[in-house]
Order: sequence, then structure tokens, then C-alpha cells
Amino acid sequence: MTASEGTSTQFQARALDCERGGRLVFVGLDFSLAPGSALVLRGANGSGKSSLLRILAGLLHPVGGTLEWAGAPVSEDPEAHRARLHYVGHLDALKTALTVGENLAFWAGLRGSAAGVGAGLDQFGLGELADMPARYLSAGQRRRASLARLAASKAALWLLDEPTVTLDAASVAGLGRAMAAYRAAGGIVVVATHGALEIAEAQTLDMSTFSPSLEFAP
Amino acid sequence: MTGFYRIVGHELRLSVRGGIGSLVALIFFVVTVALFPLGVGPELEVLGRIAPGVVWVAALLAAMLSMERLFQTDYEDGTLELLALSPLPLELVVLAKCLAHWLSTALPLIIISPVLSLLVNMSADGLVMLIAAMFLGTPTLSLIGGVGAALTVGARRGGVLLALLVLPLYIPVLIFGVGAVEGAISGYGSTAPLMILGGLFLGALVLTPFAGAAALRLALE
Repeated sequence: MTASEGTSTQFQARALDCERGGRLVFVGLDFSLAPGSALVLRGANGSGKSSLLRILAGLLHPVGGTLEWAGAPVSEDPEAHRARLHYVGHLDALKTALTVGENLAFWAGLRGSAAGVGAGLDQFGLGELADMPARYLSAGQRRRASLARLAASKAALWLLDEPTVTLDAASVAGLGRAMAAYRAAGGIVVVATHGALEIAEAQTLDMSTFSPSLEFAP
Repeated sequence: MTGFYRIVGHELRLSVRGGIGSLVALIFFVVTVALFPLGVGPELEVLGRIAPGVVWVAALLAAMLSMERLFQTDYEDGTLELLALSPLPLELVVLAKCLAHWLSTALPLIIISPVLSLLVNMSADGLVMLIAAMFLGTPTLSLIGGVGAALTVGARRGGVLLALLVLPLYIPVLIFGVGAVEGAISGYGSTAPLMILGGLFLGALVLTPFAGAAALRLALE
């Protein structure tokens, strides 16, 4: 915790409440993250890990609470918030008719510059697959192509939803190295995972402590 | 704005790589119009009288047919989430997708319409006006269809629902599109219908991106 203690808070959630389909998923969720820190979300299926990540990305709106970046509420300038984050969800967002390189160049270009595409491909071991149409990729390769977006363009915040699903051990280790390098450069990572992803000096958020059923229990 | 053009380019590349799928609307248009001389009979006078309506109705249906996939594939493969998270406002994303749809679907319909107008015995005056009216009217079809496609994203049997939502809204374009061509054929002039088509286009251009983006945000919640 030495990295986050004593330094300024960059990204903070205050008393977030989330409701899905008329049912409260979690209530009163707080965290604060300094530059270079990581937050690991743990909890059973349905405990709201994915919902929280979608709230942090701005895809979903919390029914209560606020989210702040550098002291200013995120809801004041959602476009600036979108520009500073990378979100990797359950779906890979690859167009099967295009090559891996073209897919990546599109997403990087949309965020300003496609200059980092080569580096992104190399970092996730996809250099040889750059000219391969995405329809021929295996599930793990698709996952890596999706993760390569992280390295292909810059962002101050990574939101990763179960990033290790379908990855082999070597790729999981590669993702761990990518996260470590990114945090060393001051990036913030929020990751939901059940898997064996090794993250040094990470804060852990146990989603079950924010479950609404506990709040009202005697 | 570079992001806007990147999405348009990306969509056009996808429709080129998509093979036969992107030609379905064009083939549908040709086949539908070609059926009329067979069904109505070979009297040139009758065909000439119904020609503007036949071509416009076929164009309307062809444009709608291809609309269903506009956001559905992006929704299913996760692309829509990432587009919503891109720095570009979602309204511009919707507009870019509609522009790409117009370029890849409606423009080929306009290009092939001179050939089809021969099949239904349209006069030369009518043909020139048909092309002008289609240039003004079909962008409105793409924009309105975009709202329908955004509203039916994630719905099962979305295609049928889309037709019910969108076809009534296509009626003004149909009426004034046909009116412009008939005005040119009969010699009464087409200025008024053309101006109304232009007005419909401008109205749709301003309003539909906001409606489409709002519908997509709901679908992503």
C-alpha cells in the first residue's frame, strides 16, 4: 500500500448504489485510488463486479453516489472521462471480416492516433497474426487482440472485466507484466477477476460487503 | 471530426468485405421493380403511369431491409459498447453509421435506377427528376431508419418491429418523392415537392442523431 498512501487521490467513488432490474445490487460502495494503484474486485457471480465496472466506464448510471476524477465529478464532463479510459468487457469487439491489425488500428485511430498499433500487437504476442482475418483466431487469440487495444493507445484508467478468461498461462503472465509497466507509469487499473492474475500491491474490494441484504440484516 | 470519418471508412470497408450481404438491398430493389411489368402486364401506358410509385416503394423497402443490421451486429459483438465509450459523441457515431449506410446502400440504388426506369417505361423527364428526388429523399430514409434500428437493438425479431416503426415515418418521403417525379412527367413542375423533400432531410439530419443516440444509450444500460 506504500504506493497509494500519502499521495493524492486520483479516482474516487463515494457511496455508489447500483440497481439492476429493480433490485439493488450493491449499496454504499467507496474506494479511492492514487496514480499507479490497482483495485481488484472479488465476489460471487451476480455480486455486481461487471455492473461496477460499467458504472466506472459511464455505460451505466448509479442510482446514488458520485464518482470523482482528480476531485471533479465525472458526470460533469463524461466525454473527457471516456477519453481517459480503456474498457475491456466480456465481448471482444472484433470484426471478423477485418484483419487483426485493421481492427486494432480502427480503435486506436478513434482515440486519436494509430501509431501504437504495432507495439500493442507485439506486447500481446500478435505480431505474426497482424494480417490474419479475425475470423480465424482462436478464443484466446481473440481475447489477446481485445487486450492489445490497451497498449495501442494511451489512457489513464484501465477497466478490465475478467480479462484472463480463455487466456493461457503465458498470456496471463504477459497481461500481468503489461499491467505492472502501466502502473509504474502512473496508470490506474480496476480489474474484476476470479483467476490467477498476479497483481502486486493491489487493493482488494470484496463486493459481498456492499450487498444490500447485509445492510438490513439484524 | 477525424473520428467521424474513421467510422464511415470502417463501415464502408466492412460492407465491401461483407460480400453478398451488402448487395442484398440492391438485388431486392432490382428484382422487385422487375416483377411489376410481369405482374401488371406489358401495356406501356399503364406502366408509365405507375412507374414513379413502383420505383419509390421498392427503394423504400430496400432501404429498410438493410437497416436491421445497422446496430445489431455491433451490439452483439461488443463494438457498440466501445463506440459508446469512444471520445466521439454518440450522436456523431449514429450520424456516421447512417452516412455509411446511405453510401453503401442508397447510392447504389440511385445509380441503378436509370436502368430500372426503362423496365417501367418512365419518360426521360421523369428519370432526371427521379434521380434528383432520390438524392434528396434517400438520406432521410437512412436517418429515420437509423432511429428505428437503434430502438430495436437487442430485440428479438427486431426486423418486423423495425418495419412497423419505420414504414409509417417513410410515408412523407414517398408522397413527395413520387409527387416530384409526377410533376416533372406531367409538366406541372416539381419545385414544391423537392423543397419539402429537402426540408424533411434537414429536419431528420438535426433530430434523428439525438433520438438514435438516446435509444442506443438505453439499449446499453
